[in-house]
Amino acid sequence: MAKVVVVTSGKGGVGKTTSTAALGAALAQIGQNVVIVDFDVGLRNLDLVMGAERRVVYDFINVTQGVAKLPQALIRDKRLDRLALLPASQTRDKDALTEEGVLGVITALRKMFDWVICDSPAGIERGATLAMRFADEAIIVTNPEVSSVRDSDRIIGLLDAKTVRAERGERVGKHLLITRYDQPRAARGEMLSIDDVLEILSTPLLGIVPESEEVLRASNLGSPVTLNNPGSGPARAYCDAARRLMGEDIEMTIPADRQGFLGKLFGRRAA
Amino acid sequence: MTSDVHPGQATRFVCRSYMAVVLAPKPPIIEWVAEIDQKIKGAGCFFIGPPVVLDLSAVKLSKSAIAHLLAELEQRGVRIMGLENVEAASTGDGLPPLVRSSKGASMSIDAVEAPVAAPVPDSTRKPATLLLDKPIRSGQSIFFPDGDVTVLGSVGSGAELIAGGSIHIYGALRGRAMAGSNGNTRARIFCSRIEAELLAIDGYYMTAESMDKGLRDRAVQAWLEGNELKITALD
Repeated sequence: MAKVVVVTSGKGGVGKTTSTAALGAALAQIGQNVVIVDFDVGLRNLDLVMGAERRVVYDFINVTQGVAKLPQALIRDKRLDRLALLPASQTRDKDALTEEGVLGVITALRKMFDWVICDSPAGIERGATLAMRFADEAIIVTNPEVSSVRDSDRIIGLLDAKTVRAERGERVGKHLLITRYDQPRAARGEMLSIDDVLEILSTPLLGIVPESEEVLRASNLGSPVTLNNPGSGPARAYCDAARRLMGEDIEMTIPADRQGFLGKLFGRRAA
Repeated sequence: MTSDVHPGQATRFVCRSYMAVVLAPKPPIIEWVAEIDQKIKGAGCFFIGPPVVLDLSAVKLSKSAIAHLLAELEQRGVRIMGLENVEAASTGDGLPPLVRSSKGASMSIDAVEAPVAAPVPDSTRKPATLLLDKPIRSGQSIFFPDGDVTVLGSVGSGAELIAGGSIHIYGALRGRAMAGSNGNTRARIFCSRIEAELLAIDGYYMTAESMDKGLRDRAVQAWLEGNELKITALD
C-alpha cells in the first residue's frame, strides 16, 4: 500500500525541497518505487534540484486539467530508475490547484508507486494546505531557530485539522526533520538545542541533518545530496531518515562530513 | 514564595463575543421584506428580541434607504444592532455602527427556520470542563466560555486559550491564556511552566514584559486580587 508523505514546514528556506529530493532518492536507493511531487506551482524548484529542468514537458496542472496524461508528465530520474518527478507548473499560480484535481493525481500515483512524496510550498495557504490534504504522513522540516520552530508548530496544528485523515478522525503520522543543524554553534548556545526543539514541538524525530556546504553543492549540480556525495554528513543523515521512514530502528546520530575512501586517497573531489 | 503585583492596570480591555442573527437583504427589497414577514410567522419570534446584524453585501442602498429599511424592520420588532458589508460613508447619523464578523463562524438561518423553540441554555446543568489531551499549536485558538479548560500538553507560542472559568496547563504555556472571560473574577490560571506571551483574568491582563523574570520557566498560578493580576510560583 502506497504511502503519501508531505514534506512541509510553514517557513520558507528551511530545506523542504532539498529534503524531498534527498529522501526520495534515498528511498529509491534502497529499492522503493518513489515519486516526488512539486506542489510549489508558480515557483517550482524541485526540477532544478533534481537536474530535470530541461526535461519538463507537461506538469502537474496539465494533468489535473486533462491536457496531458499522468505518465506523460512524470519524469524518470536518469540515475535511479525507481525515482520519478512530477513537476509543478511555473507559469501558473496556486489557484490553478483544485482539491479534485489533486485527489485525482494522488490516487493515480498511489497505484503506481510505493511512496508519493509531496514537496509543499512555504506558507499556510492553498498550495500548502492542498499538499498536505491527502497525506498519510508528514515530515516537518525545521531549522533550530525560534521562527522556524513556531511556524512548524502552526503547521502541525493544521495537519491535525485540515487533512482528510484528521477530518475522518484518523491520525496523520508526523516526523520531525531538523535541518541545517550546526554543531559548533549549538555547542556555543547560539542555536536552539535539539532537546528544546523536541520539547516545543513534541513530535518524534526522524533525523538531524547537519549544516554542510555539500547541500548547496549538490543543489547547484542538480543532484540530490544522497546521490551526489553519499559519504557526506547530510547524505548519511538523509539515508538514516529514509530507513527510519521504512520502520527501521536506527540510532539517532548527527553525521559529520567525512571524505570517502577515494576522497582520502585523491583529495577532495572537484564539485 | 514570590508574588508579582503589576501596577498600572487602570485601563481594562474586556472583549466578549456574542451570537447575533444576521439578516442579508436581497434585491428587490420589497419582496425580501415580505419574505421576512413570512419567516417571522414561521419562526415565531426568532428575530424579535435577540440582536440582529444587517448584512448589506447583496444590495446597494443609500443612507436614507438604509434608514427606511431599518424603520420597516423596527416596525416588525426586529432591532438591528449593527451593519455589515456597507461603506463607512453610508453609516453614522443615528444608524447602527459597522460590525465585522469573522469569516466561517456564521450559522445558516435555515437551520432555525422551522418553528422549533430556540435552544434555551439549560441552567440546571453544571458548567463543563474542556479537557485537551493534545498540545495547542501556534495559531490555534480555543474558546470555551462554559467553564474550565485543562490542557495536558503545552500551549505554543502564538496560540490562545480563552476560558469562562480557570485554565490548567500541565505543559509549558508559551502563548496566551485568558481565564474568566465571562466576568468570573475567581478564575485562575495554573501552568507547570510559564513562558507566556500574555495572561488575563476577567480582562485584567499582564504581558510577558511585565512579568517577574524570576518566575520564567517555573510552575505558577495567577489570580485576581481586586483589580490586580497576581502571579506566584507554585514550587
